[in-house]
Amino acid sequence: MSEPKDFTVGIGSDYRKAPVRVAFITRRTSPVVKFRDEDYVMSFPETLLHAAVAVEVLVVLLVWLALSWNAPLEQLADPMHTPNPAKAPWYFLGLQELLHYFPPVVAGVLVPGLVVMALVVIPYFNINIEADGVFTKNRKRRIAISSVVIVALLIFLIAFDVYVALPATLLMGILLFIAARTPSDSPPGFRRWLASKPLSFWIMTWFLIELAVLTGVGTFFRGPGWSWVLPWRS
Amino acid sequence: MANDMQHYVDELHRSRVWRSIFRSGEGDSNLHRAQAVQNNVFLHLFAVKSRRRMLEFNATWYLGTLTLGTFFVLVVTGILLMLYYHPSVPQAYADMKDLQFAVSSGVFLRNLHRWSAHAMVFLVFAHMFKVFYRGAYRTPREFNWVIGVVLLLLTLLLSYTGYLLPWDQLSYWAVTVGSNIASAVPVMGSKIRFLMLGGNSVNANALLRFYVLHCMILPLTAILLMAIHFWRIRKDGGLYAPEKPASQEEK
Repeated sequence: MSEPKDFTVGIGSDYRKAPVRVAFITRRTSPVVKFRDEDYVMSFPETLLHAAVAVEVLVVLLVWLALSWNAPLEQLADPMHTPNPAKAPWYFLGLQELLHYFPPVVAGVLVPGLVVMALVVIPYFNINIEADGVFTKNRKRRIAISSVVIVALLIFLIAFDVYVALPATLLMGILLFIAARTPSDSPPGFRRWLASKPLSFWIMTWFLIELAVLTGVGTFFRGPGWSWVLPWRS
Repeated sequence: MANDMQHYVDELHRSRVWRSIFRSGEGDSNLHRAQAVQNNVFLHLFAVKSRRRMLEFNATWYLGTLTLGTFFVLVVTGILLMLYYHPSVPQAYADMKDLQFAVSSGVFLRNLHRWSAHAMVFLVFAHMFKVFYRGAYRTPREFNWVIGVVLLLLTLLLSYTGYLLPWDQLSYWAVTVGSNIASAVPVMGSKIRFLMLGGNSVNANALLRFYVLHCMILPLTAILLMAIHFWRIRKDGGLYAPEKPASQEEK
């Protein structure tokens, strides 16, 4: 056997005797490695001051709002007397608008559940990390798939009379079509910018527009019995 | 006069009591500025240094900061409103009338709380979309995005539970509409609704339940998650900064 060693190998818990500090920094993964030459400022006081100014401007705006407009207060709650229409808070009116077209289990449970799940999984898709344009790879196949998806979506919306959601879906379809027809070496501009956008961009933008449209319609254009009204005619 | 003031301020900063509270002491070297952040339990959620270009308005539109600002306003006005509010039927509505006609600045207090709440919901959504379009959710920030989604849901719940508290026609029927959606959940819908309202319809039990959720459970959960949300930004190397365009790197 070999000579006895005069040291032991193991993990020491005394940091003064076993100062083992090993760090592996893979190139271009750590923000610190990426931007070592960046211009930095001290958070105290510079960042704090910026934040404080932003918040103060906000507070001035909110105080002005609070001085100018009163929060609504109606009659004492009366379970016997249902107002028409009975509306949820504005941020749920998109859902309430959907509730007008679909059964509650779809509009009230399935749709919001799927939206939350979709939001949670966004960062775990490889698609977002690479951030390639939708049509940079497998161009023909992807054009076929996206056409089918958009036509199916349009038919679905028409079948359930959801005409309010049609214009935005059509618009996104047309933009996607333009993106598909733009070669990647086209001159810089709107079309090339459009062509460089990944799938997640298209889905999120469609979601954002539909959210705004449905919430806007539910808030301003719905009256008694959830019929169409014009907001300036009430 | 100004010199005198400066003298007293300096004396204060040197005093034993001040030094026992703020340990970094006097001086404006970068070491002192770093210690001002590191030695403060709240500030140490943030990094000691920030990228200069991330302070520009266009980088973030300050949407996260502004959301936190509305939350501060809501906590302060909310606590003041709690001093005048009883979560019982029909006293809750009478308290609204008191705020309107009897309490000094009561209307202003309620208005500020209401409009700040709407602003917060709007800002949280705006913050989420801005983070998405910047791509700031990418590795290693995936889980911070998930915490953000939970904070969005908490904000909606906070706003929704607060909506019932005035106990007027508007709030009563808005919450009735909302709670009917809960009963659409398959199999256990009516159970969920019962748990939410403490009964089969919106009544005094629901008011008390919403009050406890609105003033205790939801804000404390939100504060906890916010602390993690901010701390993780520091751990991930500060606010997400997109790579500089190649043309700038050449220079």
